[in-house]
Amino acid sequence: MVTLGQRATKPTARVRVTSLQLKLIMAVSGAILIAFLIVHMLGNLKLFFGATAIDEYSAWLRTAGEPAVPAGTLLWVTRIVLLAAVIGHIWSAAVLTGRAHRARPVRYVHRRPVNGSYAARTMRWGGVIIALFVIYHLLDLTTGTLNPHGVHGEVAANLIADFAPERWYVTLFYALAVIALAFHVRHGVWSALQTIGRSSAATQATLKGVALVFAVLLAVGFLSVPFAVMTGLVS
Amino acid sequence: MRLTLKVWRQSGPDDAGRLVTYQVDDASEDMSFLELIDVLNERLILDGEEPVAFDHDCREGICGACSMVINGEPHGPQKATTTCQLHLRHFRDGETITVEPFRAGAFPVVRDLVVDRSAFDRVIAAGGYITAPTGTAPEAHSVPVPKPQADRAFAAATCIGCGACVAACPNGSASLFLGAKITHLGELPQGQPERYSRVLSMVEQHDAEGFGGCTNTGECAVACPKEIPLDVISQLNRDYLAAKTSKRKAGAAPAKS
Repeated sequence: MVTLGQRATKPTARVRVTSLQLKLIMAVSGAILIAFLIVHMLGNLKLFFGATAIDEYSAWLRTAGEPAVPAGTLLWVTRIVLLAAVIGHIWSAAVLTGRAHRARPVRYVHRRPVNGSYAARTMRWGGVIIALFVIYHLLDLTTGTLNPHGVHGEVAANLIADFAPERWYVTLFYALAVIALAFHVRHGVWSALQTIGRSSAATQATLKGVALVFAVLLAVGFLSVPFAVMTGLVS
Repeated sequence: MRLTLKVWRQSGPDDAGRLVTYQVDDASEDMSFLELIDVLNERLILDGEEPVAFDHDCREGICGACSMVINGEPHGPQKATTTCQLHLRHFRDGETITVEPFRAGAFPVVRDLVVDRSAFDRVIAAGGYITAPTGTAPEAHSVPVPKPQADRAFAAATCIGCGACVAACPNGSASLFLGAKITHLGELPQGQPERYSRVLSMVEQHDAEGFGGCTNTGECAVACPKEIPLDVISQLNRDYLAAKTSKRKAGAAPAKS
């Protein structure tokens, strides 16, 4: 018979990075990515001010900061910061997922979730879907490789070719990805606020509400462009 | 009442374990869930079988000894209730009830429904106390505590350390337990001198025990028989961040025994 006294009294494994530190990396990198999403969404809406508005805006993104810094500097700094945020976000998520799996080596035969929202439960796989979407999205509208028009600098023409009614499946895929993103952001914003200790009993419901409203606004803003193109509102 | 129980039977830490179905025909709706297992065990003993091992002590909902995941919920379906205070009137006649141990890598199964929760003791030993010379209790009025702080500290101090939060957490995290201790001691003037060194060493021990990280799903706060609120985890995070970013706050390394 094994008695409790025979067990190691202190675990030998020392943790180099605590889960709370990893959560802080998730929160900070997530905040950087959300800041980018806001700017990205506002930039997209320029399409509603005409084809030249969005084309000029996209050209400005490359020259912004001139003449203080050479053309493209700000663009590349942003790209490097975003890449670092994405790597930090995915790396800490992967480490935390591994720890979560090790923390419950034997699963329950019978256990159903009673509280966590759908958004909270789908953070990990939702994140994977978003990552795959981002790869497609970059190949589509940044490099133009997968875009039917694919001419560098002709943003409006690329968008209109991309979301043409006969390419409804592309629009559908974008819509699903944006909805997945909205779910991710909804739980992510609230969770990040909790992680940095900015949530209290009094503000909890408000913060969850703010996260929900923000996620919905973000989704509506991002979805407006492909739907406007598909329905012929913008041509 | 007739009840069908599917109980997790595991002869020891190295046994794989399995659910075994038992029929209890003479259950009463006034019995507590532990009494139901008692009745089952009496029959098993008379039949020459091994009784079901389970943890219990005070049977009045304050000691934190009883555990069990009943129909997928730690301490069963009744809110703010420990297994010992859960009565069979909350189940339907003829119902099939699944009973499993609390499942976590840090809570290894000793036998059947008994898990080893000494990981919690080691987390407490890492700093969940106030270093004070023992002796007679000091005059209570010598340290005034504002009412809101006292209320919050008391609410957090109701944690009985049963481990239901870990059992409920999809990540096997003990953040609610940790948050309850940090909030309880951190709200009171007596807890201030060690406030930030405490959070650092308790978090480190929590991770070393193999508990997972928090994803703020809130499953723990629903399972908690003492209704510890989720905001204690925010408090834990806030104190941890403060300790990590301020050398002065973190102070000297905590005394190790």
